[in-house]
Amino acid sequence: MDSDLFCTDLIRRFGSHAAVDRVSLDVPAGTFFSILGPSGCGKTTLLRLLAGFDRPDEGDIHIRGQRMNEVPPNRRPVNMVFQHLALFPTMSVGDNIGYGLRRKKVPAAERSKRVARVLEQVGLPGLESRNPQQLSGGQRQRVALARCLVLEPTLLLLDEPLGALDLKLREQMKIELKHLQKAFGTTFVYITHDQSEAMVMSDQVAVMRNGQFDQVAPPETLYRAPETPFVADFVGDNNRLSGEVVGLQEGIAELLLASGERVSGKLAFPGLKVGQRANLFIRPESLMLTPAAATGYASLRASVTTTLFDGANSRVEAEASGQTLFARLPQDGSVGRVAPESAIDLSWNPQLATVFAEAGT
Amino acid sequence: MVSKQGTSRFRLMKVAAGVAAALLSVSATAEELRLITWGGYAPDDVVAQFEEETGIDVKVTLSNNEDMISKLRATGGAGFDLAQPSQDRIVGVQRQFNIYRPIDYSKVDAARVQPSMMKATKEATALDGKSYGVPAVWGTSGLIVNGEVEDTVKDYTDLCDPAVAGRVSYRLKRPTLIGFAFAMGEDPFAAYNDEQKYQSILAKVEKKLIDCKGNVKTYWTGGDQLLALLRSGEIKAAMAWDAGGWKLNAENPAISFVAPTSGALGWIDTFALPRRGENEDAAYKWINFVMQPEIAAKITNQSGNFTAAKGADEFVTAELRDAYRQSFNEDALNNIKWYPPVPPGLEAMEGQVLDRVQAAN
Amino acid sequence: MNASASRLSLCLLITPFALWILLLVLLPHLQMLRVSFQVRESWDTISWGVQQYQNFFSESYYWRTFLRTGLMSLFTTFLTLIIAFPIAWYIAKLARGRAKGLLFFACLIPFWASELVRTYGWMILLRESGLFSTWLQYLGFADGPVEMLYNDVAVIIGLVYNGLLFMLVPLVTTLEGMDDNLVEAGYDLGGNHFTVLREVVVPWAMPGVVSGSIVVFMLTLGSYLTPILMGGKDSAWFTGQIFTQFITRFNWEQGAALGVLLLVLSSVMVWLGLRLTGQSLRKVMG
Repeated sequence: MDSDLFCTDLIRRFGSHAAVDRVSLDVPAGTFFSILGPSGCGKTTLLRLLAGFDRPDEGDIHIRGQRMNEVPPNRRPVNMVFQHLALFPTMSVGDNIGYGLRRKKVPAAERSKRVARVLEQVGLPGLESRNPQQLSGGQRQRVALARCLVLEPTLLLLDEPLGALDLKLREQMKIELKHLQKAFGTTFVYITHDQSEAMVMSDQVAVMRNGQFDQVAPPETLYRAPETPFVADFVGDNNRLSGEVVGLQEGIAELLLASGERVSGKLAFPGLKVGQRANLFIRPESLMLTPAAATGYASLRASVTTTLFDGANSRVEAEASGQTLFARLPQDGSVGRVAPESAIDLSWNPQLATVFAEAGT
Repeated sequence: MVSKQGTSRFRLMKVAAGVAAALLSVSATAEELRLITWGGYAPDDVVAQFEEETGIDVKVTLSNNEDMISKLRATGGAGFDLAQPSQDRIVGVQRQFNIYRPIDYSKVDAARVQPSMMKATKEATALDGKSYGVPAVWGTSGLIVNGEVEDTVKDYTDLCDPAVAGRVSYRLKRPTLIGFAFAMGEDPFAAYNDEQKYQSILAKVEKKLIDCKGNVKTYWTGGDQLLALLRSGEIKAAMAWDAGGWKLNAENPAISFVAPTSGALGWIDTFALPRRGENEDAAYKWINFVMQPEIAAKITNQSGNFTAAKGADEFVTAELRDAYRQSFNEDALNNIKWYPPVPPGLEAMEGQVLDRVQAAN
Repeated sequence: MNASASRLSLCLLITPFALWILLLVLLPHLQMLRVSFQVRESWDTISWGVQQYQNFFSESYYWRTFLRTGLMSLFTTFLTLIIAFPIAWYIAKLARGRAKGLLFFACLIPFWASELVRTYGWMILLRESGLFSTWLQYLGFADGPVEMLYNDVAVIIGLVYNGLLFMLVPLVTTLEGMDDNLVEAGYDLGGNHFTVLREVVVPWAMPGVVSGSIVVFMLTLGSYLTPILMGGKDSAWFTGQIFTQFITRFNWEQGAALGVLLLVLSSVMVWLGLRLTGQSLRKVMG
């Protein structure tokens, strides 16, 4: 098995609370692996276990086949980009990047050559003598990355390094990180609470909740076929309609909403019974602002609360059956003016909606 | 009309008298005597008795010769109403710094003071036809010796005997220079006014003290420190004051004060009036008060030193009288070398010698 | 109207400080400078000259004591730093909540007593008939009483003890401001304990190290009681010589000259320290 990182049943407890609760993961070499979860889900603890700053109570960590549990951080072939970067403020950019090479006793001439090369690779040629404080946020980001990549680690851990950047720069860096990962071929393990970062960059995303992985899958699978209501809710924008199951056929469930209307969607798992409470998730872009276009399509009458203009991402906010729904508002003129307070029909292909049993039933 | 005016004037006078009386009583209650003196010369019970009898508040500041002179020099003789310098340190200081005012001997109850001492002090403190001191307390410097080494240490220079190496102490101050000079067969007092002769004596003493340095455990700087060293047995012999020796003798009969064969050094502490003192009357009241035999005996019992008060000896504790007699037989008493007034400029010469001894290795 | 009112309040705010500087710092020093250039030809006539300064250089015991005081103060400062750094690290980074407060408090306790009392405390412990000597004999490490007082080691122990808190406070403050991630990054990139300390922690703590060292050096250079009481017969200290000149010798002129020299020495040392460590006074004290 050609995996760079392989963990089995990792557990880390703080008192009686397990911050990391039986997590297993397998990251193939050269891939971009993200761990996505809300704050407090245990993703930072997991990353610190991988880096070696903390030891697991149970379970094993293997990097390229080597067991790493007892190996201290300075001996692991793993480097970390910290949330606030942790660039050494008392050193120049060149010394920051050369720090790890000096620890490996790389001769000075070779060292400066490698520092210059990695700076070029991250797009900051010739900035060796600058002070980190003199750089912009994006430049500092790249220095932090270069400081790790110059050591050619097996595994690069990234702890939400984009959090401190402003939106525009963040969008830019997302793409850049992805390119750098491809260019260096290093395995990245990236943790974030921002689903968009995880989606854009990753080959695989693990969605983490309460110390456990809910689902590990490529971004598109997560988006199209969430396996839990949490994933459906957390990954991407989603609308939720809750009701009672009144019909089941060919994997399509029919739900009775509080308003008395009936809607339908694809069952996530078999086993749902008539009479159970269930939630239907439907993406904003899957909602059409027209009455049912084809037989079998679900439809719903809603009253427009307001429209939210955001270019290609413009939406209509509407209310149906006492619940708020968002629908994408195409900007190609296919839909006329939608006035607030007016009534509209929303319809969708049931194959694009997912139905989960409501928790606790 | 006339009578009316008279009554109003009378009333005015009454008010004025009342105000004056009030002011007087205020100043009477605020009357205080600021006394700068040696430890033990103003015991608490004596101060309390004086305050009760006279209504004068006594503020006592503990000091020594050099400190007294420095403090008075800094203020030009202000800040204190009565001081108690040694009689040999008055004339030279007065000529240099003009910090005292002459004594009005008519205000001193001469009947209470031993006439021979009064005469000696008047002569020793005379400057330009006026005298500046009233004798108060006298004592000697000699040797405090532990019984273990009493056969070795009989004179100051015996402190340098290899038999007591590391077990002796003395001060780095002028009495040590004088004592060693006498023990080496010189007469420094006779050379007081012959600068060259004095310098040559000092040179000899300097060499002796530097050679002797290896024998000294430490140069003592305070009375309590010295007593602790002797009491614990860490040192066996020291050049020190008689009162300290008698105090230790009372605790441990093995330790006693010995008059050196070359003669103990005798000093007389006086009463002197700072030039810019503010309460001369209170100062004279204090002098006459403490010269009463019973009061003087209390001072002796507290400080260990005898006073110039007539008839005080019979009120002194028997132990102290015995210790005194044990230290001084008739010969030793006659052999006491009384300090003559120190001419100005001498202390600078001595200071350089002491500095060189301190710095020598 | 408004501007003048605010000017007035500014003046009122600054006045006590200005007075303090002027009356208690500037004037005495100027006076001392003046006195140091006076020469007493005989006991009652005075002229001007540099004789006191010539004395300093011609009499070896003055400049030898001067040099000795400077070097021992430097050594004391260095030792205080070495001892204070781990304690500061523990307080700033490892201790949590109450333990932190208690530790700081424990360091503060000795300063409720005066320097004299603290020094006497050490003397009780170190003297020949003292606690340490008794213990050593009891435990069989020594045959007879051991004298640990009255030598330079005792003086340095006392001085380090006196300076410890003043080194701790700036160190703890700077170390507390350090991001723990910096240390982790140091290890993560391959550093061991020593290199992380040398390359990451110490450079970060440098402003605290320098300001602590300046304070401790000045304090040590100017201390009087500890060297006098705990030092042996050879432990001459420069402040002791100044005191002697002023108080026991009545030689204010010489004392003033020595005082001026001490002031120059400490200023030069502080300047050198800042230059060598590449710090500025503003960075260190701000």
